[in-house]
Amino acid sequence: MIKINAKNVDFYYGNFHALKGISMEIEANTSVAFIGPSGCGKSTFLRLFNRMNDLIPGTKMDGQILIDERDIYAKSEKVDQLRKNVGMVFQKPNPFPKTIFENVAYGLRVNGVTDQSYIEETVIKTLKQVVLWEEVKDKLKESAFALSGGQQQRLCIARALAISPSILLMDEPTSALDPISTGKIEDLIHELKQEYTIVIVTHNMQQAARVSDKTGYFYLGDLIEYDETRKIFTNPEKESTQNYITGRFG
Amino acid sequence: MTPVQKLGNVDAKKRTSQKIAFGFFSFLSYSVVAILFVILGFIIIQGASVISWDFLTQAPEDGMTAGGIFPAIVGTIYLVIGSSIVSFPIGIMSGIYMNEYATNGKIIRFIRVMTNNLSGVPSVVFGLFGMALFVNTMGFGDSILAGSLTLGLLSLPLIIRTTEEALKSIDDSFRHGSLALGATKLQTIQKVILPMAFPNIITGLILSIGRISGETAPILFTVAAYFLPQLPTSIFDQCMALPYHLYVISTSGTDIEASRGMAYGTALVLIAIVLIVNLLANALRGYFAKKVKMN
Repeated sequence: MIKINAKNVDFYYGNFHALKGISMEIEANTSVAFIGPSGCGKSTFLRLFNRMNDLIPGTKMDGQILIDERDIYAKSEKVDQLRKNVGMVFQKPNPFPKTIFENVAYGLRVNGVTDQSYIEETVIKTLKQVVLWEEVKDKLKESAFALSGGQQQRLCIARALAISPSILLMDEPTSALDPISTGKIEDLIHELKQEYTIVIVTHNMQQAARVSDKTGYFYLGDLIEYDETRKIFTNPEKESTQNYITGRFG
Repeated sequence: MTPVQKLGNVDAKKRTSQKIAFGFFSFLSYSVVAILFVILGFIIIQGASVISWDFLTQAPEDGMTAGGIFPAIVGTIYLVIGSSIVSFPIGIMSGIYMNEYATNGKIIRFIRVMTNNLSGVPSVVFGLFGMALFVNTMGFGDSILAGSLTLGLLSLPLIIRTTEEALKSIDDSFRHGSLALGATKLQTIQKVILPMAFPNIITGLILSIGRISGETAPILFTVAAYFLPQLPTSIFDQCMALPYHLYVISTSGTDIEASRGMAYGTALVLIAIVLIVNLLANALRGYFAKKVKMN
């Protein structure tokens, strides 16, 4: 089943042509990695899926992006509804200055959930899901800022999962973390792709190889190659892809 | 050896000039503190002897050469409260609009330039404007209402500006984190951004209170009474106020020499109120800064 279907997407920052006619199909319950050098457009493309680019003034998009066969850029589409379904984890952990509990409960509360026992259940369930429960169960009322960077990032994943999205976007989620925290998040991605469709932007080639089923290689706003991760990393079609993944980029 | 020798000399020279320069800078900054203490000390020495329970709780007597300043203290408190009711909501909401909602750069710049101009308008002009609009045109007469509105207008630019700055200092990652969870812009502002900005906004509010309580010109034509022994009973009454009372008994009282001590006492009370308000601001700021992380 096709979860995300991008058709001929162009994107502009002012006059800068950041994405050039990109088409891509992403299947449900798989994980897809976007790789490519800085400025290649991979993060820009990712942020189109939950319309975060709407927040940047002076941008323009052409083409279509369908999620579950609905055009998410249609006039009738409600952007807060979309973002409920398409969760996002950012590069830098960005918990709110609230307690650990309230961070996870936040998404539920802003989406109108008032049933306190349901909120409590969900918070506990999602904290267990991201394997953070054992570490924080005694300090749910403490500030999220007291957690380590890796714990904060898992908390942010829990926060995103609490409102049961079907897609999880991750924009370089481990680039600010140490190797051990990175390992934990990668294990988590493996678990999560059973239930969610995961799209992850990463600068770390090994990470892409470890966590994704398919990989897309972007270069200067073009999607150069998009295929099974195994194929991209062992036998890519394009020379540019080969050069990038072997570090002979230049 | 010669070049090394030369380098050594330059070294000593630049260290000396650095010492002189920073010595001078630090002398200047300490002088500012010293000036503050001299002023405070002067007022305290001159005014402390008149301060008594009666001075704080009685109305002026004998042509304002004796008695207390109770009506002026109460009047100033009323005016601070009244003007806060006018300026806090308008100022904070404008600041939120400017930083969070307005997307048209030209309009924002225009509003900002105008707000800055507004803060440059001399306060006596605000007084004249308040008299023309609130006292005469709108028919409120010389009243707490007219005075509060005038003082409220006066403090708007400061409140808008500090609100804007407080919001600007909050990293966009918090806004994005909230929006990405399906929160609306309003929810994001209410639940994440405002609580974070609150300590700094409070500081702006309190600073404006400090300024308002000391203003004389804007209340001159809009509310302040020369002498009014009884307390106001409605917002359409006139009232006395500390800064204006100080002005009156120092320049146009019945017996200026005789009321000199009263004047210093009044000044001391006014300064004390402003200082207490500022200390309170710092305490509140610290309290809310701590609290916001825990919620």
